[in-house]
Amino acid sequence: MPLSDLPPDGVVIVGAGPAGLACAATLLDQGDTFVTVLDAGSGAGGQYWRQPAPPADSSDPGALRPDAMRGLHHDLGTFAELRSRLEAGQAAGRASLLTDHHVWTVVAAEGGHVVHAVDRSGGPGRERAVELRARHLVIATGAHDRSLPFPGWDLPGVLTAGGLQALLKAGDVALGPRVAVGGTGPFLLPVAAGLADRGATVVGVFEANSPTRWLRELRAVAANRTKLAEGAGYAATLLRRRVPVRTRTMIVEAHGRERVEAVTVARLDASGHPRRDTHRRIEVDAVGVGWGFSPQLDLAVTLGCALTADASGTPVVQVDEWQRTSRSGVSAAGEACGVGGAALAVAEGRLAARGIVGASASDAETAGLREEVARLRAFAAAMHRAHPVPAGWADALRSETVVCRCEEVSAGTVRHAIAERGATDARQVKQLTRAGMGWCQGRVCGHAVELLAGGGSGSPAERLVSTPLPLGVLASRKSRAM
Amino acid sequence: MSAVVVVGAGIVGAACAHSLSAAGAEVIVLDRGSVASGTTSRGEGNILVSDKEPGAELELARLSRDAWLEVGEELGRETLELEEKGGVVVAASPEALDALSSFAAAQRSAGVTALDVAEPRELEPHLRAGLAGGVLYPEDMQVQPVLAAAAMLEAAQRRGARFVAGADVVAGVRDASGRLTGVRTSAGEVIGADAVVNAAGTWGAQVSERLGGPVPVLPRRGFILVTEPLPPMVRHKVYSADYVANVSSSEAGLETSCVVEGTRGGTILIGASRERVGFDTTLDVDVVSTLASQATALFPFLERVNLLRVYRGFRPYCPDHLPVIGPDPRVPGLFHACGHEGAGIGLAPGTGRLIAHHVLGGGPLAPEVAARFTALLPDRFVQEA
Repeated sequence: MPLSDLPPDGVVIVGAGPAGLACAATLLDQGDTFVTVLDAGSGAGGQYWRQPAPPADSSDPGALRPDAMRGLHHDLGTFAELRSRLEAGQAAGRASLLTDHHVWTVVAAEGGHVVHAVDRSGGPGRERAVELRARHLVIATGAHDRSLPFPGWDLPGVLTAGGLQALLKAGDVALGPRVAVGGTGPFLLPVAAGLADRGATVVGVFEANSPTRWLRELRAVAANRTKLAEGAGYAATLLRRRVPVRTRTMIVEAHGRERVEAVTVARLDASGHPRRDTHRRIEVDAVGVGWGFSPQLDLAVTLGCALTADASGTPVVQVDEWQRTSRSGVSAAGEACGVGGAALAVAEGRLAARGIVGASASDAETAGLREEVARLRAFAAAMHRAHPVPAGWADALRSETVVCRCEEVSAGTVRHAIAERGATDARQVKQLTRAGMGWCQGRVCGHAVELLAGGGSGSPAERLVSTPLPLGVLASRKSRAM
Repeated sequence: MSAVVVVGAGIVGAACAHSLSAAGAEVIVLDRGSVASGTTSRGEGNILVSDKEPGAELELARLSRDAWLEVGEELGRETLELEEKGGVVVAASPEALDALSSFAAAQRSAGVTALDVAEPRELEPHLRAGLAGGVLYPEDMQVQPVLAAAAMLEAAQRRGARFVAGADVVAGVRDASGRLTGVRTSAGEVIGADAVVNAAGTWGAQVSERLGGPVPVLPRRGFILVTEPLPPMVRHKVYSADYVANVSSSEAGLETSCVVEGTRGGTILIGASRERVGFDTTLDVDVVSTLASQATALFPFLERVNLLRVYRGFRPYCPDHLPVIGPDPRVPGLFHACGHEGAGIGLAPGTGRLIAHHVLGGGPLAPEVAARFTALLPDRFVQEA
């Protein structure tokens, strides 16, 4: 699409999840600027408000299907409201939603930035290069599942907790009836509850940390009673469905030939190491393991936005009281600023929009949003402190356990690069072993490699190209210019 | 025994440590980062004679090629991913082929093996049809730069060399006569030495200033495109004839012509854009698109192949496009080994031998061999100043 097809002075929002949609809705309410929202997915909502594919006979493919989404989504009312605001903006010629558009890079240009996307709506082989000029850019790119390797994690049927939930949200529950959920964090509860509600036998939720860690976080909990109620709701579901929740316990191995058939779980000792004398084998048909989420920082890193660390030491985009980054004309909202959930993302998206339209810092709405952001951020920090990756997460790794699945690099090879060749971070391990060089570019194994190298990660990976795109699509930019 | 400090653990520093320790010197390698964490990790791993016109740099390339084969012998070719794959330079038009043919003729008279190829598709079946012709350079090779630097440094360590990562050299230490007797690191530590080798690559200018003997080394930005892994499709290093013109060009701004090659891992590398924009780290979409367009013009199958990543590096270059190798005439005890531009990987082991010769006064090279490299001495910058 030629640059001239879109107004040159609009706001471009990358990501149509909770933060991006809230930002768009508020911009349309408060300002008169043109708003473009891009998303790699096939509809608005992001990972959080992921929608099932419409029934084949549906006359309204965009209609919400609360029946299919029962128990999986919080606050569908907010989603419906935000989406209808965007749709009204589209109808009024003030907004555009570009789905199946994956932003591969952003570069600074006179008066703002140019956003480069690949339009995949035509299907494989018909991708197109798209460029948008942005007077103001909003990074609302969300987060992706964080996984850690363990023996058998590459067997079919072993997924991330988020992957398991995504299958549910997409309406696809073609999973086996016996499911184990493991890892750490409050997110494991809705995943397990959703599965149990749909008739799966959840053989257990294996949470690596102890709930007593939350006792140190009473201030943040007291200030966020709705979070507590939310958690209690899931706990009640699990109780009703007789799902055992085992704390200080982790899945240390998955077994199976063609696909997963069983898992071994172990209790953790006081220092976070699995105790061999507590190994227990449980038969399962599917496994979902989640160790929290990693903010999607590719665009922010490429642009040189200043980063900071969240309570768990994870790098996140640094923003000011209007959600502005250190780069002029670039704001960020939601998980990219630190993983904290959809309610926080919505508040940050609204705040970012108010910053862009030049709202007064002293108006009640702004003050209320800031208070909400501060309160929810405090809760997120408490959550990160209460749910660290246990020190002994890698004890069960065998030398031959694959760490990088794209390039088939084993734990032994990675450990050799660290112990014998002096690699101190994921980038050096990658250079020496190819771990992280494959299709996913280290998004799956990067965190594990960083942890094995002893870092809590100071600097995130730089990915100048944030999604694969055909060389012919790039080349077409040149032939068009000539 | 001589104590030698090598500043920089990139490919050139590692090769210097390797040669110096083999010749019996007591070596300490300092790097502000870790092994191969700078430009070395941002290159394709070219060991080329094909792109060099007769002169001191081609001589160094030929010396280095022999040295690479010896290093491969000593440390194992697999360890370094050293491959004698050969290079093919193709010409699109009859005019370009004329220019390429006379360039190759001059190289032949300097001892390079260059074979005329009427139909490049016999060597590379996936090249586009209708190219005017090409030249095969069987001596061109490929190495994995990070593995090679790490292996050479480890070999030096086995011979007693020390490596200190995270040590930034902030100043030289001199005696009353002005002779360099050591370096001071950012941690405040003083490390004594009979000689100090500046192998700081793109940061060679800063290090040379801190050590009192400034040489002009400037950054030149380059991008390399990496595709998804594929079954073997490209066997040689393949590039178009205008690349030969670009390497020796002194035009500022962007010069792009692509080099396409396959790697062990199955990915295809598309490289060789060069711009002088200082240390600007942003992605230039036009440069990357131009590389993609040139690569797909050479190999049409690449149009459907996915680009997985782009990496960017800063090539260190001197104003006359020759590396600076040898003793600094102003500061006794200081030696330079930097400014190799896009050829540092290929030229590293020859540079190591030359440095061992200069530092140890003799060493591995015969005097008549060393005499071929006077054009690379730092003196050329001192006289200008």
